[in-house]
Amino acid sequence: MTIHHVTSSRFKEQAHVALGDAVLQGNLARLKGNFLTRRANARASLPEFDDLRDEGIAIKKHTIAHLDLYLEAFEAAVTATGGTVHWAADAAEARAITLAICQDLGARTVTKGKTMVGEEIGINPYLEAHGITPVETDLGEYIIQLADEPPSHIIAPAIHKNREQVGKLFAQHHPHLKGRIIEDVDEMLVDARTVLRERFLAADVGITGANFLIAETGQTVIVTNEGNGDLTQLLPRAHIVLTGIEKVVPTLEDATTLMRVLARSATGQEMSAYTTFSAGPARPGDPDGPAAFHVVLIDNGRSALLGGQTEDILRCIRCGCCLNACPVYGKVGGHAYGSNYSGPMGAILTPALAGLKEAHHLPNASSLCGRCEEVCPMRIPIPKMLRHFREEEMKMGLAPAAARRGLKLWAMLASRPALWRRATSLTTSVLGALGRKRGRFASLPLAGAWTDTRDLPAPQGASFQSQWARRT
Amino acid sequence: MSARETILARVRKSRERPDDDAARKAVAARLAGHERHLMPARIAIDHDALVALFAEKAGAVDATIETIDDEAGVPDAVARYLRGRNLPAEAAIAAHPDLDALDWSASTMTVHARAPEATDRIGINRPFCAVAETGTMVFASGPQSPATMNFLPETHIAILRQSEIVGGYEDAWDRLRAAGRGIGQALPRTVNMVTGTSRTGDIEQILQKGVHGPKFVHIVVVKD
Repeated sequence: MTIHHVTSSRFKEQAHVALGDAVLQGNLARLKGNFLTRRANARASLPEFDDLRDEGIAIKKHTIAHLDLYLEAFEAAVTATGGTVHWAADAAEARAITLAICQDLGARTVTKGKTMVGEEIGINPYLEAHGITPVETDLGEYIIQLADEPPSHIIAPAIHKNREQVGKLFAQHHPHLKGRIIEDVDEMLVDARTVLRERFLAADVGITGANFLIAETGQTVIVTNEGNGDLTQLLPRAHIVLTGIEKVVPTLEDATTLMRVLARSATGQEMSAYTTFSAGPARPGDPDGPAAFHVVLIDNGRSALLGGQTEDILRCIRCGCCLNACPVYGKVGGHAYGSNYSGPMGAILTPALAGLKEAHHLPNASSLCGRCEEVCPMRIPIPKMLRHFREEEMKMGLAPAAARRGLKLWAMLASRPALWRRATSLTTSVLGALGRKRGRFASLPLAGAWTDTRDLPAPQGASFQSQWARRT
Repeated sequence: MSARETILARVRKSRERPDDDAARKAVAARLAGHERHLMPARIAIDHDALVALFAEKAGAVDATIETIDDEAGVPDAVARYLRGRNLPAEAAIAAHPDLDALDWSASTMTVHARAPEATDRIGINRPFCAVAETGTMVFASGPQSPATMNFLPETHIAILRQSEIVGGYEDAWDRLRAAGRGIGQALPRTVNMVTGTSRTGDIEQILQKGVHGPKFVHIVVVKD
């Protein structure tokens, strides 16, 4: 039950580095508005959008309530179309299954469509360690593979890079450029297309994730814009689908309702360019398609969330909308979270799958402003779950000692009204008197974490309660 | 215990179901029922309006469309389009009986009825149907329609009949199920929904067309 290479315990340091990185701040600034404005436009042009969200939630809830039965139905349907279903209780099993399929075929190179569960289980380094070369083919994933970095956004993995950085990476890794740095974005695209086209044609196995699994038909579904996921699964001899067990939905009609909110929430498109439904291996007479079709159903901690406080995160359709809406993600970017699942959904999924001990900082990296829940197509109560993790953090004694002492002090004062009134009116009058001249403090003892980066406004001289008492 | 049993046991432990038989029946009914959910009001219009909506939506995602009156005019329309873009009059074409029946040589087109190869710049395919809601074409893979035709060539040309334009995705599912191919294989190996051209925003969120799939999508709609 773990996520590959989690560094969430270093969130604070990583966030500081991100905040001080001027290039990253410039790149993150581009995120603002872009996705979210497009989402708002897409929502406005579909009057049924919010009703579709509610229907989507009902579909997911029904499926999760009967998850065992739908997984069995899905398995039977895949088998009926000639495909093979593998079950992996954890990341290690999933990696071993995938490697065994590749080795049986004598595979040397594997092309990959973007798969977050692939990142979760760390499939790339594992294949590499066993002499198999994985090639990411989604442009964003390809860029970060060249940079040897994890994705910083679940749908826009290279959002933290700008064109200069991409140009340098291509110059470094594409020998035919002889070190020339491409500056034009269109030329970069042509270059990547040419390089990756050869990789597609040479690959022995293609690995993709899945947006949905259809229990009725045994189809796996991917939703993409570039077409890389399709070349990945159609050209090689075998197609391996890595997927979490929560991706199953009953019927094509159910998937259709979710499709109507997915792209709109993610990129603001009405429909992504390619939505592909794959059922089993190529059939007799088919002019193309893989000879073998494998689905790896991965649990890796998901079943442990059922019936608990964080079960609702299993509704997540990975649109990335909460990342786009989050003011914290918008400042620190994805890498600070130290997990391939970043932003608000990552602050739930990372501690849920990798353990709170490892990731207890993430639920605290939020002002609980609630924008994530507001935009989430599945209306996942993220702030509620963040609070749950904060309570757990206290119970487990994981919170920093200063925070625990501070809260204890606060609780002691807050439960004694007379003492509270005296303490607050003393503090406000002293601070008010001290800060009257400038109206704010540039530094203050014990408040360094605040005043290091901004001024603290000075109180107006009297506490709310004393002002209220004077009025009545 | 196998991983399968482990996972299913973990799932079942948390699912309180006093009446397992009833749950199984409900699941079986749902799988067989194909019940539709809310469909957008934008597709509750007559067929002529759906045809117009399809053209509008496909155009909005950079597909180009030409509507012609007579199926026999397809090769001419394709040749004209290729000339207009200064492309060679040579294409890989799906081995579909409707496309086979056309006289391509009369329009000086050279067509190769096979799956596309890496060097093919132009691919001609025959969609199973199209969805007006979002300007989406639905391709059903098989001997008559290679799935790679929708992705490998840089220019993707689709020959669609007007009567094949439906309102929502649900209508496409019903048509596909009706054209089923027997138990366990009721649907084609691959169903490709194609909405416009290949695109990416992975470099600075600048929209770029044709990253891996086709840069150009041209649809010839035949009135019927």
